[in-house]
Amino acid sequence: MRHMTRLLGAAVLSATALTSAPVHAEGGTLVIASSQVPRHLNGAVQSGIATAVPSTQIFASPLRYDENWEPQPYLAESWQVSDDGMSVTLNLVQDATFHDGEPVTSEDVAFSIMTTKENHPFKSMFAPVESIETPDAHTAVIKLSQPHPALLLALSPALAPVLPKHVFGDGQDPKSHPANSDPVGSGPFMLEEFTAGEAIVLKKNPDFFIDGRPKLDEIIVRIIKDPSALLIAMENGEADMYPFMAGSQEIRRLEGADHLEITNEGYAAVGPLNWLAFNTANEKLSDVRVRRAIAYALDREFITNALHRGVSQPQRGPIIESSPFFTMPDETYDTDLDKANALMEEAGYGDGMELTIDFIPGPKEQQQSVAEYLKSQLKKIGIALTVRAAPDFPTWAGRVGGHDFELTMDIVFNWGDPVIGVHRTYLSDNIRKGVIWSNTQQYSNARVDELLAQAAVETDMDKRKALYAEFQQIIAQDLPLYTINALPYHTAYDKKLVNPPKGIWGTMHPMDRVEWSE
Amino acid sequence: MSTSFILRRLGYGLLLMLGVVVLNFLLIRLAPGDPAVVIAGEMGGATEEMLESIREEYGLNKPVLVQLWIYVSGVAQGNLGESFFFNQPVSKLIAQRIGPTILLVISAQLLSILIGVFLGVIAARKPNGLMSGFVTVFATIGYAVPVFWTGIMLIILFASALPIFPVEGMQSVKLRDAPFFTQAVDVAHHLVLPAFTLAIIYLAQYARLSRASMLEVLGSDYIRTARAKGASERSVLFRHALRNAALPILTVAGLQFGNLISGALLVETVFNWPGMGRLAFESILRRDYPTIMGVLFFASAMVVVANLLTDISYRWADPRLRGRS
Repeated sequence: MRHMTRLLGAAVLSATALTSAPVHAEGGTLVIASSQVPRHLNGAVQSGIATAVPSTQIFASPLRYDENWEPQPYLAESWQVSDDGMSVTLNLVQDATFHDGEPVTSEDVAFSIMTTKENHPFKSMFAPVESIETPDAHTAVIKLSQPHPALLLALSPALAPVLPKHVFGDGQDPKSHPANSDPVGSGPFMLEEFTAGEAIVLKKNPDFFIDGRPKLDEIIVRIIKDPSALLIAMENGEADMYPFMAGSQEIRRLEGADHLEITNEGYAAVGPLNWLAFNTANEKLSDVRVRRAIAYALDREFITNALHRGVSQPQRGPIIESSPFFTMPDETYDTDLDKANALMEEAGYGDGMELTIDFIPGPKEQQQSVAEYLKSQLKKIGIALTVRAAPDFPTWAGRVGGHDFELTMDIVFNWGDPVIGVHRTYLSDNIRKGVIWSNTQQYSNARVDELLAQAAVETDMDKRKALYAEFQQIIAQDLPLYTINALPYHTAYDKKLVNPPKGIWGTMHPMDRVEWSE
Repeated sequence: MSTSFILRRLGYGLLLMLGVVVLNFLLIRLAPGDPAVVIAGEMGGATEEMLESIREEYGLNKPVLVQLWIYVSGVAQGNLGESFFFNQPVSKLIAQRIGPTILLVISAQLLSILIGVFLGVIAARKPNGLMSGFVTVFATIGYAVPVFWTGIMLIILFASALPIFPVEGMQSVKLRDAPFFTQAVDVAHHLVLPAFTLAIIYLAQYARLSRASMLEVLGSDYIRTARAKGASERSVLFRHALRNAALPILTVAGLQFGNLISGALLVETVFNWPGMGRLAFESILRRDYPTIMGVLFFASAMVVVANLLTDISYRWADPRLRGRS
């Protein structure tokens, strides 16, 4: 028997030696370059990629997702959704601890979800959560007021960090809690140093609850605001990874670096869109024929191929095309100037009209260049378009949030489930003056409201998809906004990195499997 | 040099800073854009209630004069407030960055004075010579070229085409745990391009100024006397002439300090130098009022101190001024 065990052991060893060709290095440091400045590191009260990248390394969450949009165990080793969809039970791992040594309990999970519900800007994530019961230290039962199929995705690391109640539950406002900049979590990395606006240094959590992870000793996020300096840092090897890279010049240039790999994987859940929004309350733009005429005058392919040099993908609807909920609408507004001119004539604007376009301050090729292109295209259908640049984000946000615009280009994320990132743009009860990224188009359609309300509670995936399919057809007809392209987000990383973050959440996901090959 | 002179100067400085605080406060409030919208935008959108609670939390819903009073009395007690954006005390943000800014500004100041004065002295020796022409042309170009352009050109030349200097930052992150000496060398390596970029514009001015000043002094009787009694040329230039020609240079050095700090804003932005200038620039875009005001407060304090030191050194260099108040 002993002999057999030895033989088996030898066989396993030699098989491992044959199959695992790359030899992995122990530990090491990963330097991530970023142009995004996080306000702080607590993703429970703050959305956005700048906070989510470090937050998902510091805080663990109930679930995590694989590359096929399937939930995987994380702090919850198993979970059950009740038959009526009105409750979700999370069974937590037994041995997880926070970085200060305190155990992670169901109390912490309950506290975190309720804190996120009350303080995170994405109200729809946990709105139906009524209460969370904690029958024992390792069981949390989430009670819902209605079925909430988006809940499981909302339990991802980027959206539901589990906070230590003994730190954040001291009565201070979670949005401005001092621990947001000096957080204690239970994720694979612990905060060592945070210099606001400069760098975040994360060290390996030696007591991480998943054995043998994380692989790296250290992750350093270096904030470099100047894009060319950032590129040189990547080329020189001063930084090892550059996620959320969106400029075609940047992408093409780093493609030329021999030691780097470039991928556009890792952004499916973010679902970043560039769109042209119409103020439907504006007298001229309230006529759907004008909006359609504008759409027919534009050419997505020109924008993605010429202006973006082929790095972005056309986007033909409100839900990102890589999402399981996307349906190609019947009407995609392929360029047709005759049709556009006829529509203008029909709407009574045969003699032309004047319009103004705003755009969110951002990369020129995604914003200003596209606005200039629109100007030349719309001239062909008699629209004299004035391009109005905003000096900075507050100015633009003030105009669009205040409904003081006609056309605007914007960058908006889907955030995984349509309930989280899509509904907000189209629900008529989300027309809120002064609030950016609400329904600033002031679009209102009772059927759309109804479909979105049904889709929010439909637990049958096929039925839910059907509801969203109808919604997407209506939006294509009503056209409160014209989606142009999916943002060309790419990640550049050193070829020696093993398991680079290419899942649906990309770098907004624990990088506990990332390691260096020798 | 009497203590009362220094105290009086300090008093003026404090009054000046009070004026700076009040003026900055009012000017910044004139800028369009609501900080609450920026914070909400950074958070990924918000409801009206959230916007209202942000305004409430930061006192933005109070009348401007009330806000001014709260701010000034806070500053008087040493409290610069909390950053709207980072939710951290402004003093902490500034403490993290004042060192790098001082390092950059002082290095650039020394570099520009030493090289500039040296070039000026050399040029003054033969006012119509080749060197003099070179200094004049170099000074005109150095003064005319925008500092951010110089920075970008130096990056292209010495960090990209010929990568001998780092492109950005103050330190290599991978050397964070290295011994002190290695880290110091690393910082010095990072400092070369930004300090030289910032120095160039002022270096040119010092060269011109010291050339003119030296020419004037070199024509004086006592220089002729020094030469007549057989002093060496080096001694004439550097011991007799330069000390007397130094007064205008010192004056300008003091005045330039304020300009250097504003120049540092651009250089820090170009080189991603982790100093106060970049913090100020980014805070303006974020409408982070307390941080902008904190940085301006410190910058004006630095200028006041620099001017005080100039006055003191002026008196040290020119004994005739010591008796006057």
